[in-house]
Amino acid sequence: MTAEQIIAAIAPAVPGATYEALASADAAVTPTILVPREQLVATCRALQGPGLEYVAFSDVTAVDFHPNRIPRFDLVYHFVSPHRRARVRVKVRLNNDDSIDTLTTLYPGANWPEREVYDLFGIVFDGHQDLRRLMMPEDWEGYPLRKDYPVQLRKDAQTYMPLQVTEEEFKANMERDRYQRQTSPAGKK
Amino acid sequence: MADVRTETMTVNMGPQHPSTHGVLRLVLELDGETVVSVQPTVGYLHTGIEKTCEQKKWQQVIPLVERMDYLGAQSNSLAFCLSVERMLGIDTQMPERVNAIRVLIAELQRISSHLVWFGTHAMEVGAITGLLYALREREIVMNLNELLGGFRFFPSYIRVGGLREDIPRGYKEAVQAFLDRLPGKLDEYETLITKNMIWIDRTRGVGVITYEDCCKQGLFGPIARAAGGDYDVRRAFPYCGYDTYEFDVIGASNGDVYDRYLCRVAEMRESVKIAKQALDRIDPVGPWAVDDKRIVPPPKDQVYTEMEALIQHFLIYSQGFKVPAGDAYVPVEGPRGEHGCYVVSDGTNRPWRVHMRAPGLFACQALHKFIVGGMIADVIAVIGSLDVVMGDVDR
Repeated sequence: MTAEQIIAAIAPAVPGATYEALASADAAVTPTILVPREQLVATCRALQGPGLEYVAFSDVTAVDFHPNRIPRFDLVYHFVSPHRRARVRVKVRLNNDDSIDTLTTLYPGANWPEREVYDLFGIVFDGHQDLRRLMMPEDWEGYPLRKDYPVQLRKDAQTYMPLQVTEEEFKANMERDRYQRQTSPAGKK
Repeated sequence: MADVRTETMTVNMGPQHPSTHGVLRLVLELDGETVVSVQPTVGYLHTGIEKTCEQKKWQQVIPLVERMDYLGAQSNSLAFCLSVERMLGIDTQMPERVNAIRVLIAELQRISSHLVWFGTHAMEVGAITGLLYALREREIVMNLNELLGGFRFFPSYIRVGGLREDIPRGYKEAVQAFLDRLPGKLDEYETLITKNMIWIDRTRGVGVITYEDCCKQGLFGPIARAAGGDYDVRRAFPYCGYDTYEFDVIGASNGDVYDRYLCRVAEMRESVKIAKQALDRIDPVGPWAVDDKRIVPPPKDQVYTEMEALIQHFLIYSQGFKVPAGDAYVPVEGPRGEHGCYVVSDGTNRPWRVHMRAPGLFACQALHKFIVGGMIADVIAVIGSLDVVMGDVDR
């Protein structure tokens, strides 16, 4: 099933939603659809419906495109239909302070992966029963997998110490990184 | 007796408990010996590998991802390489010989991981002999890994574009000897445990889950197949030419600890079957990587003698290669279920994001489905049967 066919199948069940088929390298196995933030739960209910039966929850993760793109986050869900042997990837674009409805009502398996995304990216899932940090200590400050979380900065990272970067430090850091990427002649050959 | 005070007791199990497979911490609420609720806590092994991967060049990521699920190390690197190769568009040019070697390695890795599972699971439920037997056979797989990459746990042998180098001399014979030996040894294990009355009493009807719950909880692999599912990534979404191999997808119907045990043991036999077929397909001489000079480093003898090879070697090891912008996720069937690496590239020589689907994470979060209402002694049997690896859960 291509992304267009999936969109055609779910569109009647979710009135008013505008979907977009996205290109990806693995589209032959996993077609990608872009879903508006408000319609995520309704869309997933339609994906579970007859004919599509994406009943199995595979994963959810996020990608931070800061500072290259606004909205900065891509929330990436993977669903599987085990007996139809089909997969689908659902993407939702989120801004810095956007929240998203939880999927734990439809897929109980989304519980911990959503906590992980909250922990590492700071994306809030509305309606989640138990939205606490999963990997990091519960009193940790900052969201480690965000691109503006310092890792290149030569700073001692200590538990129970706030990791704060000023805007100047962050910009200088990104500049240096971009400069390194541009000047590296890999692949020119 | 009317004034006897009754209340539930909270018990901390782990993170140092020997049968929690590393550092899984369970906060159990007990009513006598019955489990009323369970609160698993993970994160003690979180090392931020996904963040570290973003700082590395593409080929430097492979040793890092191998350290996530450390018992199925090469299934991690296979998942990562397949995703990156999909983005590079070189997966269709992969020589048959490379695919056969990769299948062989993946199946040996599955056997090795299942042997550790078998040993620890048997030991935790009381059959200590099982551990000693299983680790004896696993040692052979480790030696085979050492032949490949000089490293027993994490050989980093599977690379983007193929393999690190050709299989060493004597490797095929050593694998053949192991594959001939293993089925007999599996029979031996089974005489020890499969019909053992104590084992059956401890595991039959314990930790039951339905297939429907498995799907919704994101549980795939042996756990779902023991509950009546037939979803196997090797069949559903074949990679590395798995669709050309003959093997059965092992299933059972009860979804309890005993069925999960039967499933995994039978899976080892199927792995032997696949590995033998793969071994037959590996020609003594042939390519060990795709023919792409941007990605695959030249053999060392050429580096020392040819100028072009030296330049190519220098470029690959200093700057790496660029991957076209985009994303990909290629699922593979790891020892613990669906494994896969979601990789995002921004077109440079470093990944923008690397995310590994962790089968163990889903098993841990679903623990309450298995053990609430059961006895505290069953908790150990259930955790053993789920085969969680904390390095995979916490990453």
